[in-house]
Amino acid sequence: MLSRTADNMYWLARYVERAEYLARIIEATQRLTAVPTSDGATTNEWESAVATAGCAAAFFLAHKEANEQTVTDFLAFSPDNPSSIRSCFEVARSNARSVRTALTVEMWDAINGTWLELQKLGAGPASREQFANFLRWVQESSLRFDGSAYRTMLRNDAYWFSRLGVFAERADNTARILDVKYHLLLPPQEHIGGPLDYFQWAAILRCVSALTAYHWVYRESLKPWLIADLLILNDQMPRSLASCYAHLVEHLDNIARAYGRQGLAQRHARQVRTRLENSRMDEIFKGGLHEFIGSFIADNNRLGALITEQYLL
Amino acid sequence: MAAAFDEMKGTDGLARPAYEELAGWLGKIPPDILQQRSREAELLFRRIGITFAVYGESESTERLIPFDVVPRILAAKEWDTLKRGLEQRTKAINLYIKDIYSTRDVLRAGIVPEDLIFQNPVFRPEMNGQRVPHDIYVFIAGIDIVRVDSDTFYVLEDNARTPSGVSYMLENREIMLRLFPDLFARHRVAPVENYPDELLATLKSAAPATAAADPTVVLLTPGIYNSAYYEHSFLADKLGIELVEGRDLIVKNETVFMRTTEGLKRVDVIYRRIDDDFLDPLSFRPDAALGVPGLMSAYTAGNVTLANAVGTGVADDKAVYSYMPEIVKFYLGEEPILKNVPTWRCREAEHLSYVLDNLAELVVKEVHGSGGYGMLIGPKADKLAIEAFREKLKRDPRGFIAQPTLALSTVPTLVEEGLAPRHVDLRPFVLTGRDRTRIVPGGLTRVALKAGSLVVNSSQGGGTKDTWVLDN
Repeated sequence: MLSRTADNMYWLARYVERAEYLARIIEATQRLTAVPTSDGATTNEWESAVATAGCAAAFFLAHKEANEQTVTDFLAFSPDNPSSIRSCFEVARSNARSVRTALTVEMWDAINGTWLELQKLGAGPASREQFANFLRWVQESSLRFDGSAYRTMLRNDAYWFSRLGVFAERADNTARILDVKYHLLLPPQEHIGGPLDYFQWAAILRCVSALTAYHWVYRESLKPWLIADLLILNDQMPRSLASCYAHLVEHLDNIARAYGRQGLAQRHARQVRTRLENSRMDEIFKGGLHEFIGSFIADNNRLGALITEQYLL
Repeated sequence: MAAAFDEMKGTDGLARPAYEELAGWLGKIPPDILQQRSREAELLFRRIGITFAVYGESESTERLIPFDVVPRILAAKEWDTLKRGLEQRTKAINLYIKDIYSTRDVLRAGIVPEDLIFQNPVFRPEMNGQRVPHDIYVFIAGIDIVRVDSDTFYVLEDNARTPSGVSYMLENREIMLRLFPDLFARHRVAPVENYPDELLATLKSAAPATAAADPTVVLLTPGIYNSAYYEHSFLADKLGIELVEGRDLIVKNETVFMRTTEGLKRVDVIYRRIDDDFLDPLSFRPDAALGVPGLMSAYTAGNVTLANAVGTGVADDKAVYSYMPEIVKFYLGEEPILKNVPTWRCREAEHLSYVLDNLAELVVKEVHGSGGYGMLIGPKADKLAIEAFREKLKRDPRGFIAQPTLALSTVPTLVEEGLAPRHVDLRPFVLTGRDRTRIVPGGLTRVALKAGSLVVNSSQGGGTKDTWVLDN
């Protein structure tokens, strides 16, 4: 297929996935800031939300202060933020248009319908209630697009490139939230925080839609080291780093088989997956959670660069 | 202007044979059923069309061209004449373009004035002495036909560059099949759905000699901001070929390649929907970001086929149009089967004075205009407009031609008050391949939706109809 088509499929999927993640960050932050200060953290949650979304630098160029108003506007609606929900859907729709022939009707319907709804929204919802509906709608739109792709696409390279986009973005999102919140996720022996951190932990899980999953997997009250385990190593958890890499390897292998040759992208993805498979949480804590996540983010970025180099140029 | 010929009622008010069944059916159905089907059609266009269309965009109203549910019907015999005429005309056009870029017999014989070619911006000196694969220049022609009575069809315009509209022909039929299965059961309508197959066969037959046995064909589009983008993506989809933009192609060693996920892949035939000017910034407009640098070098080396060829504008220019009957005779030694609309060339003094004396009765067109813009329809214009046009015409007589105001035929069309006659034209699509000429029966019927209007262009309130060619 055309490299440009593959590139569009890959980024289309990435942007739709990113929009959903942004909606979850905003939702979780709103809940967290609603908790009385005596029960919650003392840091500025909205500042942390911007960091988790990975656009702190751009945000502080545009705004002096991170508060609910400025951050929600920046993350959800700002046309100046290339990673706002609005921008994500705009770019996704534009990518979709230029690869119309590679999409199924259902996928086009999903992304075009989302974009049309977005146009009606104008500057943003008027009330908090409407905004809450908006955030739910963003998540549903992403689910609808993802589900359409899953259910209607031919299993060929177009599909695999779009899946690569989904999982590369998802891995990046999960890693980013861990990077910002790592100080809350300490191993048992170092954990001195009290119940005050409880709401922070719940918020982390909400960002990656894993609160219920946590209870099913561990059948325990929230323990920070188990949260880290769930998000990093547990391959049953669809947003864990381990699960994302299992999928990345699988789809890269599909492409390599179809094209009859593999390259650096396949080799690199396999290395990252093997490292995740061979890791244990206590070792990760010993080596430093922050360092581990930092090197994972670098690895994941490198995979993106390798995929681009190998296929998308 | 005489009363228009109605294709259903003819001159005596009785349904003409091809329309008998339809007229009977229209007489029997409940009055609101057409309005209801018409609304369904619009929904279907949005749903089926959604696959291709860009509905929802601010400029979308212009792109969802109104569709009329009453078909336009041609009898087998009528179509047969048209078909032979179209074949003859495109054959002559191809011979003529080849001549213009080689020995120029037609100029030396004084059939067409030289300055009309050499001073024409659509003439491409780059093509002088250049052979194209199989001597075919116009692979896809859209020849606009109008009708004035039961026997007379005129060619209104030859579109030999990048004619569009065929996607409407195909979609209109799909919609009609869904909405009126009953009507199709009562008529034997020649199918059009094989057009994409015929087009692909035509394009493949045009592959250069150096191409692989199964040549790679692509459709080159200016991109998503082009008003015909939806047609480009629709056709690429139906043909099963890649829809490429200039940046997807690269020229190496005078060969064209596309950038794919598996590396560079050779391209043999380019169905281009980009104008000559924008094809190659190295040869034509240097600011043409849409094109492919070096494309002309691969083309002149004979390693890639462009469909249509570069420089075909010398055939469909409105100034050249008036010479087409002579051109047909010159190359084929036959009388043209399809007539031209009688045309006055304002460049000739006698013609000009006649035109200036009769502006109120004539249609005056800009030689290089298209889309129905910049023309004067004498009988519909007020004094002021006529006088303004007279000045324009005197300043640059070479820029204009004039024709009588034709009473274009009408076909019943659904309007708010019910069925009413509206003027139509027809654009059949003629495919010329190495092996043979292919014409899918019918074409795109455009209809002027405003009462009395003669302008069928979609940009000016025109709509479309499904066109039926009946089997005997």
